[in-house]
Amino acid sequence: MKHRKLNTKRLNRSLGGDIFSIVILVIFGSFMVLPMIYAICNAFKPLDELFMFPPRFFVRNPTLDNFRDLFLLMAQSWVPFSRYIFNTLFITAAGTAGHVVVASMAAYALEKHKFPGSKLFFSIVVTSLMFSSVVTAIPNYLVMAKLHWLDTYLALIVPAFGYPLGLFLMKQFMETVPDSLLESARMDGASEFRTFWTVAMPCVKPAWLTLVIFSFQTLWGNTGSTFIYSEELKTLPYALNQILLGGFARAGVGAAVVLLMMIVPVVLFMVTQSSIIQTMATSGIKE
Amino acid sequence: MSAVVEKVSQPVQGKTATFKSRFENLKKQVIKHKVSYLFVAPFGIIFLVFTIIPVVVSMGLSFTYFNILETPKFISWQNYIRLFLGDDVFLKAVKNTFLLAAITGPVGYLASLMFAWFINELPPKIRAFMVLIFYAPSISGNVYMIWQVMFSSDAYGYVNSTLIKLGIITEPILWLQDPRYVMPVILIVVLWMSLGTGFLSFVAGLQSIDRAQYEAGIVDGVKNRWQELWYITLPNMKPMLMFGAVMSITSSFAVSDVTIALAGMPSVDYAAHTVVNHLIDYGTIRFEMGYASAIATVLFLTMIICNKVVQNLLKKVGR
Repeated sequence: MKHRKLNTKRLNRSLGGDIFSIVILVIFGSFMVLPMIYAICNAFKPLDELFMFPPRFFVRNPTLDNFRDLFLLMAQSWVPFSRYIFNTLFITAAGTAGHVVVASMAAYALEKHKFPGSKLFFSIVVTSLMFSSVVTAIPNYLVMAKLHWLDTYLALIVPAFGYPLGLFLMKQFMETVPDSLLESARMDGASEFRTFWTVAMPCVKPAWLTLVIFSFQTLWGNTGSTFIYSEELKTLPYALNQILLGGFARAGVGAAVVLLMMIVPVVLFMVTQSSIIQTMATSGIKE
Repeated sequence: MSAVVEKVSQPVQGKTATFKSRFENLKKQVIKHKVSYLFVAPFGIIFLVFTIIPVVVSMGLSFTYFNILETPKFISWQNYIRLFLGDDVFLKAVKNTFLLAAITGPVGYLASLMFAWFINELPPKIRAFMVLIFYAPSISGNVYMIWQVMFSSDAYGYVNSTLIKLGIITEPILWLQDPRYVMPVILIVVLWMSLGTGFLSFVAGLQSIDRAQYEAGIVDGVKNRWQELWYITLPNMKPMLMFGAVMSITSSFAVSDVTIALAGMPSVDYAAHTVVNHLIDYGTIRFEMGYASAIATVLFLTMIICNKVVQNLLKKVGR
C-alpha cells in the first residue's frame, strides 16, 4: 500500500473551517495530553513538591529520587523483583508469539481457502468482538480449574492465543495478499504451511506487527490476580499495584510506577504507528 | 461445491439413508479441506474453550444456585427475578452503566470520528504526533490513577486548589466521595480514555480514501468539507464506522477498572457502581456464581443487542 500525500492540493477548504478545526484540536489535544504530562512531572517531583500547597503542575527541581526509592523498595521485596519482571516478560512474549502464529494461521485459511463453515466461523468471531471478556470471567475460572491450569503461566498465556480481535484484523488484512503469489508458490511445490509461512506472512508484516502490539498491550497490563496465587509467579503490574496501594507514604514511588507502566506501550506504539495505521485501513466490518 | 452436495443427497430413500449420506458427504468435505481445518484448529479450539464454552456455561449457570463448593442446584428463573425485583444495588448499577454507556459510547465515538477527520487534514508528521496524543491515554496502563491525584479531595488536589484560587469554591469538594460529583468525574476520565482502536480505524479509513473521489465530488457539486464528509467520506468508510461502533459499544458497557481505582469498591452509596462492578462483587467476593452468571448473561445480551441495533442504524449512513 502506498502512502498518498493528501495535502498536495487542498480541495474545498475554507480558512474559517481550518481555523475552527485547529482550535478544536488544540483544546482537546491539551485535555488529552495534560494529565499525561502531569503524570510525567509527578514522577520527577521531590517529595516536598508532591505535597506542596498550593500544588504546582510542572516540576521545579526534577529529581530521580522516586525511581531510586522504587529500586530500593524492589530490592527489599520478599520475592526478588527481577522475578516479577521476568514473569511479565515471559507471559507477554509467549502469549504474543503464540497469538500471532495461531491467529495468522486461522486467518490465512479463512481468507484464502474458503471451506465449508469458514463463513460461519468468522461471523462467530466477529460477534465475539461485540461483548467484552468480563462476561466470560467466571466460567473461565472454572475451565482453568478443570484443566489444572490455575496458578500456572498457562492460565495467562494460552487464552491470549485466542484473542478474536487479532484474528479479525489479520483476516481482513490477508485480503491484500494477491492469490497469484500464493498460487505460484504452490506450483513450485511448496506445502500449504510453507506457502503460508514464507509467502503470505512476509506480505502481512504490518498486520502481525499490529497483532504483536495489541497483544502486548493486553498482556503487559495483566495482573493475573484471578488465576495466580503463588507470589513467585505474579506479574509486574501486580507487584507495582501493591506499591501503589501504599497510598500517601508511597506517593513519590507511586508516581514513578505510573510513569514506568505507561511509557512502554506508548513508546512501542510510537515506533510501530505507521504499520498499525496501515493494518487498520482494512479493519472495517463489511455487510 | 453445492452441486456435489445435491448430487449425492438426491438419490436417497428413507431417513437413515439421508442421514448416512449426509454424514458421508460431510466426512468427504472435511477430508477434502483437511489442511484448512488444521490451519484453523489451534485458534478454533482455544476460542471454543475460552470464549464459546464460557458463554454457554455462563447462561446455564445463571439458572442455578452455585457457590463453587457444592454442585450447582437448578433454581429456574429465580436469579433473574431477584436481580430485577429484589436487588436495588443492581438497578442502581444498571442506571449508572446505561448513563455511562449512553454518554461515553456516542460521545467517544463521534469524538473519535471528528478528531480523526480534523487530524487527517494535517501534514503527515504532525498527524502522526496528534494521533499519538489522542490515542495514548487508552493504552497507557493505569495512568488514569493520575486523575485520582488531580481530583484529590483535599486542598492539595490540583482541581480543588485551582478552583479555590479562582474563587469559584471556598472549600475543597470531595470529588470522589460525594455521590453528586463522582459520576461526572468518572465520565470525564472514561471519555478521556475512549479514543481507542476505533479511533485508529477511522484515521486509517480516512487516509485510504481515493483522492480521485473527492475530485469527482467537486465536479458533482460538493461545495464544502461538510458536504464532502457526508456524501463522500462517510459512505466510503462505512466498514470502519461499523468496526468503531462495535469497539466503542463493547468498551462503554464494560467500564469497571476506572470506577474501582477512582471511587473504590464499593463506591460511596454505590454512586459509581457499574454492572461489571456488581458482577465482580458477586463472582469474586461473595462467590455466588449462579447469581453472578445471571448478571454476566444480562450484560452479554445487552451488549449484543445494542451492537446489532447500532449496526442496523449505521447501514443507513450516506443513503
